Amino acid sequence: MSARPTLTVVAPGPLTTVQDLGRPGLAHLGVPRSGALDRPAHLLANRLVGNDPSAATLETTLGGCAVRPSHPVTAAVTGAFCAVTVDGTPAPWGAPVRVPAGAVLALGPAGSGVRCHVAFAGGVAVAPVLGSRATDLLSGLGPPPLAEGAELPLGAPGPPPAPADAIPHPAPPATLVLRVRPGPRDDWFAPGALATLASARYVVSPAANRIGLRTEGPPLARARDGELPSEGTVLGAVQVPPDGLPVVFLADHPPTGGYPVIGVVAEPDLAAAAQARPGTPVRFLVRGGAMRGGAIHRAAPGR
Amino acid sequence: MRAIPVGDHALLVELPDGDAALALHAELLRRRDAGALGPVTDIVPAARTVLVDGVADPARLAAALPTWEIPPTAPEAGDTVTLPVRYTGPDLAEVARHWGVKPDDVAGIHAGTAFRVAFCGFAPGFGYLTGLPERYAVPRRATPRTRVPVGSVALAGPYTGVYPHASPGGWQLIGTTDAVLWDPERAPAALLTPGTRVRFVPLAPEAASGSAG
Repeated sequence: MSARPTLTVVAPGPLTTVQDLGRPGLAHLGVPRSGALDRPAHLLANRLVGNDPSAATLETTLGGCAVRPSHPVTAAVTGAFCAVTVDGTPAPWGAPVRVPAGAVLALGPAGSGVRCHVAFAGGVAVAPVLGSRATDLLSGLGPPPLAEGAELPLGAPGPPPAPADAIPHPAPPATLVLRVRPGPRDDWFAPGALATLASARYVVSPAANRIGLRTEGPPLARARDGELPSEGTVLGAVQVPPDGLPVVFLADHPPTGGYPVIGVVAEPDLAAAAQARPGTPVRFLVRGGAMRGGAIHRAAPGR
Repeated sequence: MRAIPVGDHALLVELPDGDAALALHAELLRRRDAGALGPVTDIVPAARTVLVDGVADPARLAAALPTWEIPPTAPEAGDTVTLPVRYTGPDLAEVARHWGVKPDDVAGIHAGTAFRVAFCGFAPGFGYLTGLPERYAVPRRATPRTRVPVGSVALAGPYTGVYPHASPGGWQLIGTTDAVLWDPERAPAALLTPGTRVRFVPLAPEAASGSAG
């Protein structure tokens, strides 16, 4: 047994990445913020094992994963609900789990939702890049997605955690409701585009990923041709590329973009977006519609 | 100047041009560093805008902005970075055709220009450099390359950029530099940060090939 605790990846699953709170504050250098998509799940997993909120966890995607710690370690699985086992024996989801040295902690496929977070006491201690251990799938910063046989260092655990509250299983919403504040570029769209966004049926696209929640539904018609000069974008921005289909920017979104942003999703709604499977109906609740009714139907400048 | 709310915690400030955007960006940094701006997560200059993200009260900032005195960026303001370049890019002839000059003249025109980093984007450390007169704007390539080598000096629209990593790209390649544009171990990681002045210095191809090994 080596002195430094590590995790060996037994089965990486379809896509498992290291995530923490990301790299906010570097957008002016072209660096995406990245970080856990389901932030409450990341924070809860860390709390269950007594970690600092900034400790790195593993984020799985739909298909689970399996890892083997070199030393005994306390772990906790949150986010999407899934079967948890230690050397084949069922273990609780959403609670601290003691994993003996050399035992395999396995997560089954997500029973509902998309992404599980797995925290280990002491945190996943890969080398930080620009202050974060997060894997950024857009720019390639941070560690690569987990691969079979890879070894990840673990940090030294802190004092044991305070007993946690009972954790309810998350019921992923039958319909993903996203509150949207119009702008900054709603005036680039044809009259009625915001009304279409607010009333039409959209579903989560199979192409949704950590960069953006792509959706399928009626295209939003533009009132202006061409591209905007590149401008800064925010987490939750609803960007509309030339195909007219809204994309909600998630953690790995590009920091600048040239397609118009029709509105911005309230940040607390993005955790649910991270757990919405392809095919999930999406309802965009356009806020301030009454106040900005004039804007919704505002005639675009003729051109 | 027009300030548009972006969600609940950000403001997009529209400006007449890139120079005004850089000037506001510099003023925002001054005020932030002086503790006069309040908490803010990101200040992102772009072509004709500055995004201020992670602000507690965007409406208050929007109301205050028009009262600010924003000095224009002085020509000598900002750090200067000098980038040695071998002007041997595969699109040199194409760029010369757009410019209406001989391929041999491209290096002189480009290296004779005082550039400034207007903003970053596309990839970590990729700076959009302005300074070339409007008549030297060039279109992107009709078909992007699947792999542009690291250090490629490239043109698109009114901008010059240097690829900090090998990546796909549709810009016209005019040369190559060995300068390290991006190093996460360095602070800042990006060599070309918004507001930085940039000069390109032509290297003789044979001298460069001698030192490149």
